[in-house]
Amino acid sequence: MALLSKKDTNLITDPLADNNPITIQVLGICSALAITAELKASLVMAISVMFVLGAGNVVISLMRNIIPSKIRIIVQLIVVATLVIIVDQVLKAYAYELSKTLAVFVGLIITNCIIMGRFEAFALANGPWRSFLDGIGNSLGYGVILVIVGFFRELLGSGTLFGFPVLGDPIMKTGLYATGYENNGFMIIPPAALIVVGIIIWVQRSRNPALVEEN
Amino acid sequence: MSLKSKLHELKLKYQGKKMAPAFNAFHTFLFSPDETTHAGGTHVKSADDLKRTMNTVIMALIPVLIFSMFNAGYQHFSAINGFPADFSLMNDFLTWDNFWIGIIKVLPLVVVSYGVGLIVEFIFAVIKGHEVEEGYLVTGMLVPLIVPIDTPLWMLAVAVVFGVVIGKEVFGGTGMNILNPALTIRAFLFFAYPTWMSGDKVWVYGARERSEEILAGANVDAISGETILGYLAQNKGAEMTYSVSDMFFGFIPGSVGETSAFLILLGGLFLIFTKIASWRIMVSAVIGSLVMGLIFNQVVDFGWVGESSKFYGLMSFDFWKHLIVGGLAFGIVYMATDPVTGSQTNKGKWYYGFFIGFISVMIRVFNPAYPEGVFLAILLMNVFAPTIDHYVVRGNIKRRMNRLKNATIYPKDSDGKAKELKAETV
Repeated sequence: MALLSKKDTNLITDPLADNNPITIQVLGICSALAITAELKASLVMAISVMFVLGAGNVVISLMRNIIPSKIRIIVQLIVVATLVIIVDQVLKAYAYELSKTLAVFVGLIITNCIIMGRFEAFALANGPWRSFLDGIGNSLGYGVILVIVGFFRELLGSGTLFGFPVLGDPIMKTGLYATGYENNGFMIIPPAALIVVGIIIWVQRSRNPALVEEN
Repeated sequence: MSLKSKLHELKLKYQGKKMAPAFNAFHTFLFSPDETTHAGGTHVKSADDLKRTMNTVIMALIPVLIFSMFNAGYQHFSAINGFPADFSLMNDFLTWDNFWIGIIKVLPLVVVSYGVGLIVEFIFAVIKGHEVEEGYLVTGMLVPLIVPIDTPLWMLAVAVVFGVVIGKEVFGGTGMNILNPALTIRAFLFFAYPTWMSGDKVWVYGARERSEEILAGANVDAISGETILGYLAQNKGAEMTYSVSDMFFGFIPGSVGETSAFLILLGGLFLIFTKIASWRIMVSAVIGSLVMGLIFNQVVDFGWVGESSKFYGLMSFDFWKHLIVGGLAFGIVYMATDPVTGSQTNKGKWYYGFFIGFISVMIRVFNPAYPEGVFLAILLMNVFAPTIDHYVVRGNIKRRMNRLKNATIYPKDSDGKAKELKAETV
């Protein structure tokens, strides 16, 4: 028997493409716009969300039969807030500079719609193992978009990737900059992320017309 | 005639193929096609189609373009040799030397703008299986006229691709766009490459190189190419040597085609006369900018803003002079009146135009980085234009409803008849 059944594999692969949290469900847009100016921040954000969503889904799934349904949102908030504070403290301890870049957005993972959405839609109705896979799958789908957006924004906006100057030095005019190329300041500001996400949505839907919504 | 029939044959040959729209595009781009609705049809065919509209705007832009080519050279040589003491139009301005600078600096901008824009249009025509849309004809002419003269061509190309794809094609092409594509291109350039779009080194050909030479120690006796608004924003209005007639006729530095308020005025009158552009938008935009300028003048007169304030220069600028410097006149005549992105209702046009003028002057004064805001004001009002129209239409419906409620409807006794009438008239 394979490690994962086909149904379980789908829990991970679906959110990567045809049920992507950002491009299809259009959730978690705020953080996708705010922190994707650098690839490193995007990656750390993706990992943080993966931790919070994976662990949170398991916790909620284990408690699903004892949570009174009237106060389930509060319980979910407590779980996610606890996990987010753990992430925040770890970042502050081991990656202080980065935590300053991410600033308030780590705290705002609490309000990331994807997390509450998965708790409500999946973890409350499924067992811990499947909930864990679902959490990992959705945060991977979220992370993939973040990394793609971060890649283009950092490459075109700053000419670097993970902080390494891949296109040459803009001040000393080496590499590509010697030909007169300049960094695109537009890519640094959040509206550029909106346009990059829009282009991803466009490309995805024109490759798979079944995803196009009817109005 | 023969070229036309050749193209027609080619078109027939490729009918149904994937590339058909491209050949179709060429054909309709150059000529009116042979096919018409059959003679027994009920359609009235008018020659006043989209292509004719576009061509009229282009005609209104040609004088501006030619003037800008002379001005490019005039500003360049004036920056090196100083302004001629005794200015004569024929000897100092309309010279071959000046025009040559225009040819090597302005013409490439036009070629790149049209070339890249039309390639994108053709690609989308093939993807969509449409005829090519003429929408780019005017945009392609506007774009080189609203950028600084030293804009690198690759930047212009990138911006044109961005503007046409994101500003227009994603919404469905010509006639469907929310934002004016030419201004989208300008805004993209402004936010993407601010060092090439603002400051005192970009408005005159060669100013950047000269300033680098001076930095490197060369003893070049050159004046900087700061715009009038730039001077005012730094409270250096007193250092300006431009007279009011210079500003009005356009012998000043600025974006390529925006300087000559006189020729823009002529173009505007031509557009009004041919009924291509809306005079309501133009008039209300002029009123809006005058009102905002007057408010600022009054604020200075009351002594609320002292000479030490960083806004003093622009606020104390005579209110009517805002119209003859910077891009305000160009924006009002050629950009704000875009029939696609502007308000459609007559009443809406008054509000739309007024706020364009009003907000333009406001941004011009308060923008800390760049003393100009016409393109931002027009883009902002583009976004609000459908809302304005919505409320104008709603208001009209409400007024007519009220009129109907108060009207006496005969026969009075039959309520059913009155209700029926209401539904019909409203």
